[in-house]
Amino acid sequence: MTDFARRHPYWAAIIAVLAAVLLWMIFALWPAWLVDLIGRKKIFLNALFNGITLGGLYFLVASGFTLIFGLMRNVNLAHGSLYLLGGYIGYGVAEATGYWLLAFPAAFIVVGAAGVALQLVVFRRMEGQDLRQTLVTIGISIVAADLMLWGWGGDFYNISAPSWLSGPMETILVTTQKRSGDLVYLKYPLVRVVIFLAAVAIGIGMWLLLNRTKIGMLIRAGVDDRDMLSASGARIQLVFLGVFAFGAGLAGVAGVVGGTFQSIAPGEDIRFLLASLVVVIVGGMGSIPGAALGALLIGLAEQFGSVYMPTYAVVLTFLIMVGVLAFRPQGLMGRA
Amino acid sequence: MAVVDPFETRADAAAREDRSWLERIPAAYWVVGLVLLIMPAIAGDFVLFQIFGWTFILGLIALGLMFLGGYGGMVSLAQMSIAGMGGYMVAIFGVSAIDTISLGWPWYIAVPISLIIAMIFGTLTGWLAVRTEGIYTIMITLAIAAAFFYFTRQNYVIFNGFSGFNGVLPPMLFGVDWRGPAAFYYLTLFWAALGYFVVLYISRAPFGLALQGVRDNPRRMSALGFNVTAHRVAAYTFASLLAAIGGILLTWQSAQISPGTAAIGAAIDILVIAVIGGLRHPVGPFIGALIYVILKTYAIDALVAMGLSGERFQLLVGVTFLIIVFWSPDGILGLWDKFRESRNRDPLTGRGGEGP
Repeated sequence: MTDFARRHPYWAAIIAVLAAVLLWMIFALWPAWLVDLIGRKKIFLNALFNGITLGGLYFLVASGFTLIFGLMRNVNLAHGSLYLLGGYIGYGVAEATGYWLLAFPAAFIVVGAAGVALQLVVFRRMEGQDLRQTLVTIGISIVAADLMLWGWGGDFYNISAPSWLSGPMETILVTTQKRSGDLVYLKYPLVRVVIFLAAVAIGIGMWLLLNRTKIGMLIRAGVDDRDMLSASGARIQLVFLGVFAFGAGLAGVAGVVGGTFQSIAPGEDIRFLLASLVVVIVGGMGSIPGAALGALLIGLAEQFGSVYMPTYAVVLTFLIMVGVLAFRPQGLMGRA
Repeated sequence: MAVVDPFETRADAAAREDRSWLERIPAAYWVVGLVLLIMPAIAGDFVLFQIFGWTFILGLIALGLMFLGGYGGMVSLAQMSIAGMGGYMVAIFGVSAIDTISLGWPWYIAVPISLIIAMIFGTLTGWLAVRTEGIYTIMITLAIAAAFFYFTRQNYVIFNGFSGFNGVLPPMLFGVDWRGPAAFYYLTLFWAALGYFVVLYISRAPFGLALQGVRDNPRRMSALGFNVTAHRVAAYTFASLLAAIGGILLTWQSAQISPGTAAIGAAIDILVIAVIGGLRHPVGPFIGALIYVILKTYAIDALVAMGLSGERFQLLVGVTFLIIVFWSPDGILGLWDKFRESRNRDPLTGRGGEGP
């Protein structure tokens, strides 16, 4: 961070000022003129928190995508289908057993196995052939989308969170002051907070795994120079298989999260594929911190967009992508 | 125009040199051309308007993708959005049933303006896309296509939101109703044939050769003094012209344009068409489009006949596409080449039998 400040003093100053303004807007009581200008503080805080938690969900989906791409240069455009499959599996398991928590390992294992199958049947046969991988995975996603439509129909499914997670939770943030002088505190759905914290935990866990363990060392070496790593005797195909299974499993887990946050329906696969594409393009291909930053940016843009400029909310995310591409084609955290 | 058989051998080429240009046209072109010209006499209205009209239009849009992908090595999923832009512009500047938005300008102003705006849009897309390579290009153009779809769906001031424009009809030029089956068939055939021959010509013109050089080795081309980026962006511009013509024809065919026309599924369909046909020769997209249109029109009947419900159409298309890309990355044309190769192979040595 100090390194960044030293190299880009102006940018660091701008970011610091923005962060200070944001903190003030979160914690202070809003004066009347600000409320007149952009609406009540509660709306702002809700958009902020929704954006951050949505960013957590996007991070779960996109981190698997970026990990797979970064290590193996595999372009998996069926990633959205893996997400949707995870959601359906999670819904089935949660409904059948009644345990919401059981949905996560089930989705992780089943979708991870689907990922292993993809890697064995598709990607290992066409290593290094970008275009063919793209086409084959597009074909797979078309077929998978139709098979899932066949199996589960076009209904919306919502995975209900258990009772100990449902309902709002009191936060320490003041939204407004009543005329009597009492402070009104913001209420926020507990399940979203818990899931966001879990996403952060997974992110930190992945960072630790990549940077502090021997497997992580293998993976990072594979990202840098795959051929050299395999020449030095590492069993790289096994590493590939593991990473693919893990990345796919994460997409499955994200499907369960998405089913709890929002709902699972046909078409969500394309939506989340596009979201993870935009996230990794903005954040930088193959970079986990980049995926986190990109997911946060896109989640916030989507939520603030839908609150403050509802018509063009979706377009805003693409504008961010275009802006990043025009000025920093390798992504915010990508290496040139 | 001198037309060259893509599969000719060297001996043929030598013999070709001393014949007149009419004789140089290979027999296959005569046959296909004649069949296509007399088609209105043998085929019904539905086949002319729906099957062939749609095939030529989709083929034309996919031809742009084939040009980009086959000669430029850039696969763009934004072709359908550019076509949609052309269609929208002709509805906005020309006449449509939504007269609060449509300006109602005559076609000889509206159509050129639509083409120019769609080409500007395509060029900007290309300018963004060429900053990246290979797989990134696909992702970025996919994202642009999605942005275009959502934008047109949300914008009511210019694009009339979800419902789009209806009542967009071709002009009554020379007293002909250009939406009549035979007239529309010839209209689309003309533009498809023109697009085909222009692409064939450009592929052998200096620009096309330079573009193929850029595809094969951008660094070497840039060392030779070619502007790699400019060639790539120009390729996008040309491809967007093809897409815009196709888009305007598509709008006239269905008499309407809405966000669904340029949805993500439609954008991927164009890629499917180009890849099923093959990206190596301009005839590929038209073959792919014919297969796609026939599948899309008759698959439901076929599925019902097989005892499945007609809703599984997407599955049939997906599986067909998957089989073709899995076993033959070059599409139907690739299969054709493989077949010829195995026919010509010497049974003893196993080597190709081309020439002595």
